[in-house]
Amino acid sequence: MVYDIIIIGSGPGGYVTAIRAAQLGFKTAIIEREHLGGICLNWGCIPTKALLRSAEIKHFCENAKDYGLTLSGKVAVDNSAVIARSRAVSARLNAGVGYLMKKNKIDVIWGEARLQGQKNGQTQIEVHKPLKPAYQPQHPVPKTVLGEGVYEARHVILATGARPRALPGIEPDGKFIWTYFEAMVPPKLPKSLIIMGSGAIGVEFASFYRDMGAEVTIIELMPQILPVEDSEISAFARKQLERRGIRIMTSAKVIKVEKGADSVTAHVESSGKVETITADRLIAAVGVQGNIENLGLEALGVKTGRGCIITDEWSRTNIAGIYAIGDVAGAPMLAHKAEEEGVICVEKLADLPDIHPLDKSKIPGCTYCRPQIASVGLTEKKAQEAGYDIRIGRYSFAANGKAVALGEDQGLVKVIFDNKTGRLLGAHMVGAEVTELIQGFVVAMNLETTEEELMHTVFPHPTLSEMMKESVLDAYGRVLNA
Amino acid sequence: MSIKITMPALSPTMETGNLAKWLVKEGDSVRSGDVIAEIETDKATMEVEAADEGVVAKLVVPAGSDNVKVNSLIAVLAEEGEDAAQVAKNALAENGSAAVPAPQQQQAGTGSALPVPAGQNSAAAGEQNPVSAAKTAGIFASPLARRLAAQAGLNLTAITGSGPRGRIIQRDVEAAKRAGGAAAAAGAAAGSAPAPAADESAILAVFRPEDYKIVPHQPIRKVIARRLVESKQHIPHFYVTADCNLDALLKLRSDLNMAAPVIKKEEGSAPAYRLSVNDMIIKAVAVALKRVPDANVSWLDSGMIRHKHSDIGVAVAIPDGLITPIIRQAEEKSLSAISAEMKDLIKRAKQMKLKPEEYQGGTSSVSNMGMFGVKDFAAIINPPQATIFAIGAGEKRATVKDGAVVSADIMSVTLSADHRAVDGALAAELVQCFKNIIENPLALLI
Ligand SMILES: Cc1cc2nc3c(=O)[nH]c(=O)nc-3n(C[C@H](O)[C@H](O)[C@H](O)COP(=O)(O)OP(=O)(O)OC[C@H]3O[C@@H](n4cnc5c(N)ncnc54)[C@H](O)[C@@H]3O)c2cc1C
Repeated sequence: MVYDIIIIGSGPGGYVTAIRAAQLGFKTAIIEREHLGGICLNWGCIPTKALLRSAEIKHFCENAKDYGLTLSGKVAVDNSAVIARSRAVSARLNAGVGYLMKKNKIDVIWGEARLQGQKNGQTQIEVHKPLKPAYQPQHPVPKTVLGEGVYEARHVILATGARPRALPGIEPDGKFIWTYFEAMVPPKLPKSLIIMGSGAIGVEFASFYRDMGAEVTIIELMPQILPVEDSEISAFARKQLERRGIRIMTSAKVIKVEKGADSVTAHVESSGKVETITADRLIAAVGVQGNIENLGLEALGVKTGRGCIITDEWSRTNIAGIYAIGDVAGAPMLAHKAEEEGVICVEKLADLPDIHPLDKSKIPGCTYCRPQIASVGLTEKKAQEAGYDIRIGRYSFAANGKAVALGEDQGLVKVIFDNKTGRLLGAHMVGAEVTELIQGFVVAMNLETTEEELMHTVFPHPTLSEMMKESVLDAYGRVLNA
Repeated sequence: MSIKITMPALSPTMETGNLAKWLVKEGDSVRSGDVIAEIETDKATMEVEAADEGVVAKLVVPAGSDNVKVNSLIAVLAEEGEDAAQVAKNALAENGSAAVPAPQQQQAGTGSALPVPAGQNSAAAGEQNPVSAAKTAGIFASPLARRLAAQAGLNLTAITGSGPRGRIIQRDVEAAKRAGGAAAAAGAAAGSAPAPAADESAILAVFRPEDYKIVPHQPIRKVIARRLVESKQHIPHFYVTADCNLDALLKLRSDLNMAAPVIKKEEGSAPAYRLSVNDMIIKAVAVALKRVPDANVSWLDSGMIRHKHSDIGVAVAIPDGLITPIIRQAEEKSLSAISAEMKDLIKRAKQMKLKPEEYQGGTSSVSNMGMFGVKDFAAIINPPQATIFAIGAGEKRATVKDGAVVSADIMSVTLSADHRAVDGALAAELVQCFKNIIENPLALLI
């Protein structure tokens, strides 16, 4: 049978694209070698949020007295139960993807895919046994799947995702040097931990393990943690993390790692000096790289660059009939970007009217450490570099009624406007629940509101969201409660 | 009571201006008449003076802000005994909540004497967003798109939306801007929209992309373009040419310049004046219009404006364009006064420092291309005027005098006239009169 569309990889990019393709009437199949839902549902977004929730509840319990509650005894961590919960959450969503495939009549083909060739306007895909074993524990394989063999499609969408990047000399070994895979299912909680890299993944694990009682050191090469975030927000977050006892070294480089009997020692170079830090384990969180190997890209001549597949604004590769979306197609490597890219790709294939390429300047990014961080659009520095005459508004959690009532009065909302047009260029937040707030600004940006509409929008009281409005008012010298 | 300083309207049709520079800081004391800021419009830079005395409590609009709406609050002064900080705070709070009250139309009647359609007055009077509010209600466009279009002077009705359900969004306005604003300029839309330019993509299609680049227009270019299209499309132009013998005028000029008293200045001594041929031509046009008053008119649909004086605009090339500063009542001014005034106007025109009342209005104009060796040319009338004199180079030409061919300095002049206001015979009379004065220049001395 010839499919209209075959998608390789069932991460958030792949499975959402498959659903949209089926909705549009395409005969669609999806090929997965390991787990429905990809990294996101199995080893990324979702299980980490489950772990972080355990950490947060622990933190609440430990601070119950601040809210007039007495808990007798100490809050003890049952490591295997915390992990079991995280895996259960993941399993539930993983099964959910299986259900969605069935419901949308999408064939699931189980195995590893490799592009074989193209003839008669179709691409042939060979599906074989995975070359490498799956990460354990693995969720059960869906009941009704198609097996190994050759499949054909008019359009092939590559959504093979990414995997941890390894630095030469500091290659993860799964025992002492962890990646997010091991960090998500630790056999026992380390007492001390070095985290190399302070992107979202590194900082989330730092936050989790610190709450679980570990001594944590973050080592970041760039001058600030969370290098893509606005530097003011980053500095604020750093102070909060340091207050929680996390040690943070920036402009610092791990030059060597030595393994001991049950420990690792990192040699860290910063401002010309080398310091050694010893801890139980080290997490390498220095970014991810696209899964472009063993895919048959070379056979077809699909162009790659910097570890990713090169695509145009419609996710087309240089070879007709071959598309790439999600992490494997490049930054920003975020689940929601993968989804949207895929949806646009198939809508374009369906030739729907009024389809536009993804506007990457309006993709929000969230980090779920304590305090949370969320942002969309340009940072102050980027806005200046782009030549905008900017107008900045800020609002502090300390002045917001709901934040004070929650006992979460440490945080900041910052907005950046183009002074000339009133266009919202960027919004940056740090503090409790900001990951749930940011979409307000994202909607505003996508509807192209100016400051005027935001100022005239009624925000419910008392909510954290009121800070968003106040920050806009502040940008125009009209802040009310400050 | 604190004193509010608002964005002044430099002309009746001005909607926004750029606050170029503050010349005072918060905390400075100012007295009435002190220059506190510089404002730029598309044609001029203007100084803003304080009308009262006080202490600058707050500069509400930062220097370098573009498109500040007329009558919006730009600064607040605290009066004696007031707490500047408190005044600043109150003013900001008020500025935020209450909309700036709709101002009276100031200086009605100065500047352009063209009939102003009713809609334009309100647009000029500092509404929040003149274009979007007045003319685009009911158009499906994002707020940002509306604002960008208003700022670029683009008419939203001429833009096709590419957003969901055809909504006009930022990228559509930007595409229209890049296309050079095929849409009618917002200002022109008020009454006299020029026909939209031909489809620009069709124009670009005939050139190879690597063979050109597109330079965005300066605001002044757009104003010039709009006004000239308006003029050529609405005014039925016709042209009358005559040759003038310059011999007597050149002789008179040299005599007068030789006779100029020498005055002592700090930099040394210099003649009190040095007349140019152009100064004499300005006066000649002024005197001619005085002698042929029927031609010193402006057309209105409702009637003819008959001007009492000859206010003569003189085309001056400035960076990126041209401007026509005006010598008022030139028929009554001495040549040396005209000469001195012209020097000052040219200098300030080149610095973009003319006030609108110095270049708006006028009853006729002179455009002199003699210095470029041009023999003759026809100029486009500068509304609301009805005539313009295009002056060619004075050059030695063979001419017939007393039956013999002789060489003389001859200058061609071409009058462009608005046929609605000036008929052919009248135009001929005006040119004849001008020629007479040039050839018998003692008339310039009375
Ligand atoms: C610890 C962690 C936390 C994260 N947290 C967040 C977060 O909070 N928010 C967020 O937006 N993003 C987060 N991310 C990033 C997010 O997980 C990715 O951006 C997202 O999963 C990318 O989706 P994708 O569909 O492109 O690829 P993936 O999710 O990586 O899915 C690719 C799938 O393709 C399969 N595959 C690969 N090659 C083949 C082949 N040859 N044949 C068959 N199948 C193949 C893989 O098995 C995999 O299932 C996190 C990532 C990590 C690691």
